[in-house]
Amino acid sequence: MKILALDTSGLVAGVALAEDDTLIAEYTTDYKKTHSQTLLPMLDALKKMVELDLRTVDVIGVAAGPGSFTGLRIGAATAKGLGLALGVKLAAVPTVNALAYNLYGCEKLICPMMDARRGQVYTGLYTFEMRSGAAEAGSEAAGTPESPMEMRILMKQCAMSVQRLADEVNRLGRETVFLGDGVPACMEALRPLLRVPYALAPSSCNRQRAAAVAVLAGFMAKQGRLTEADDFSPEYLRVSQAERERMEADEAQRELMRAGITPHRKE
Amino acid sequence: MDSVKEDVLILAVETSCDETAAAVVRNGREVLSNVIYSQIDLHTLYGGVVPEIASRKHIEKINPVIRKALSDAGASLSDITAVAVTYGPGLVGALLVGVSAAKAIAFAADRPLVGVHHIEGHICANYIENKELEPPFLCLVVSGGHSHLVMVKDYGVYEILGRTRDDAAGEAFDKVARAIGLGYPGGPKIDRISRNGDPDAIHFPRAKVDDSVYDFSFSGLKSAVLNYLNGCQMKGITVSQADVAASFQKSVVDVLVEHSMRAAGQYGAKKFAVAGGVASNTHLREALQEACGKRGIAFYRPSPVLCTDNAAMIGAAGYYEYKKGTRHGWDLNAVPGLKLGER
Repeated sequence: MKILALDTSGLVAGVALAEDDTLIAEYTTDYKKTHSQTLLPMLDALKKMVELDLRTVDVIGVAAGPGSFTGLRIGAATAKGLGLALGVKLAAVPTVNALAYNLYGCEKLICPMMDARRGQVYTGLYTFEMRSGAAEAGSEAAGTPESPMEMRILMKQCAMSVQRLADEVNRLGRETVFLGDGVPACMEALRPLLRVPYALAPSSCNRQRAAAVAVLAGFMAKQGRLTEADDFSPEYLRVSQAERERMEADEAQRELMRAGITPHRKE
Repeated sequence: MDSVKEDVLILAVETSCDETAAAVVRNGREVLSNVIYSQIDLHTLYGGVVPEIASRKHIEKINPVIRKALSDAGASLSDITAVAVTYGPGLVGALLVGVSAAKAIAFAADRPLVGVHHIEGHICANYIENKELEPPFLCLVVSGGHSHLVMVKDYGVYEILGRTRDDAAGEAFDKVARAIGLGYPGGPKIDRISRNGDPDAIHFPRAKVDDSVYDFSFSGLKSAVLNYLNGCQMKGITVSQADVAASFQKSVVDVLVEHSMRAAGQYGAKKFAVAGGVASNTHLREALQEACGKRGIAFYRPSPVLCTDNAAMIGAAGYYEYKKGTRHGWDLNAVPGLKLGER
């Protein structure tokens, strides 16, 4: 099975082409240009280098969120356009899961963090363990008899404050490896809160890698968890600011009503 | 056999604001399909277009809209000669959805990519229903985001004679409609209610811009309407929505017609076209038609469905750009402040 994978969820832009257990090509950049300027030229370069006939692609894997709203949409619209033109389905890979999968085999606590602004990070908690019998709920990327290690999700990807994340990590009380673009952005705030030994992943594996998206997309394809290109939308994990403000205003209004106060309307 | 000209089919995509649109256009003038998904109901709640909500909706709708444009045209991607897409001006997040999808489709289908300027699209909407219209002609482009007086010298060759210094004409309609309690979108609502109002009931200013005879300014007019409303409120006078709307509309139309006709006279224009969302305004259409008629100038206007944001117009513009040899690379980006005539 040939999988083309894209990740534009954060500062990194990545494309990868994988077939079964072989990574045929991968192109990753973390540069000041926008994803709109880098993603398709990178895919074009990859295609030329490995003489890819796009019609042989079986599935398009895409980092489906969370992440930068605009970045997610550049990846999503590109994946949807490719899916429409090539007539293939998409594998919507959770961004933070793919980030964690960079640390395959790590039995410590894995904590990816992406800067989500407003004092929050997009994060989740993961670890790898040897498979014991049937795949359990909460396990992602189930192992095989030859390679029985699998990634377990201890906390699903979400947006949360640095303080709450520290509480979660401390509660589990395990040695932790942090990675992601949230590390430079939030480590200063997180460091004094941590009560566990921790390490920071090196640059070879501390950012989004489209190859990891490709591997997880492969698992999803095998499990039949694919999405029609037409139906796919990113998982933002957050409503827009306008919607949030409207909901807050509505809630404030309801609070007043509950308290028996009729809101004063401006004439 | 060689004399048979090969048809050029453009698949066009437009997502610059709150319409997700795709179309297939043959040889620049024949619309084979024109699909528009309007998000207007979604934004009415907020009194205007919310960029993040618009971008999210574009992502949901982009594929179904493109797929329908192809199927309505009875075409498959292999029939398409080139893919054209609006890459500016507009809301950057909204533009990026169309640009990214169009690039991916062109890339995967191995077709050339042609980036189109949104205003150029509006101008070219006139080619679709007026097969005889060819440059040179003078064009007034008025919409929610733009007010331009443009001399179309040749296909794809434009000289901007005048533009708005502040609010676009359509923006002024939206703001005044909100102030008199009509809500969003202002253009059609003011147009409708004005029919029952007296356009001479209140005299609002006709703004002039000091150093340019063709530039527009509508923010002063908007303030004048707001001041009038405040004044009435303080004096306890009941305001007639219809009279305010009709008088405001007349003030906008007078300025647009006056500048247009001055330019037509100065440049000896024989043909005049109007384009953009505000070109659907009945009063503006009638006034321009009459002014052109008096001067023996041929008057052109697209039907309302081609005045609003749509992709058929991008297909028309994309065709002429394609014929001129315009091709964009896979690094094409959205340019929210793109100027007409820029590449």
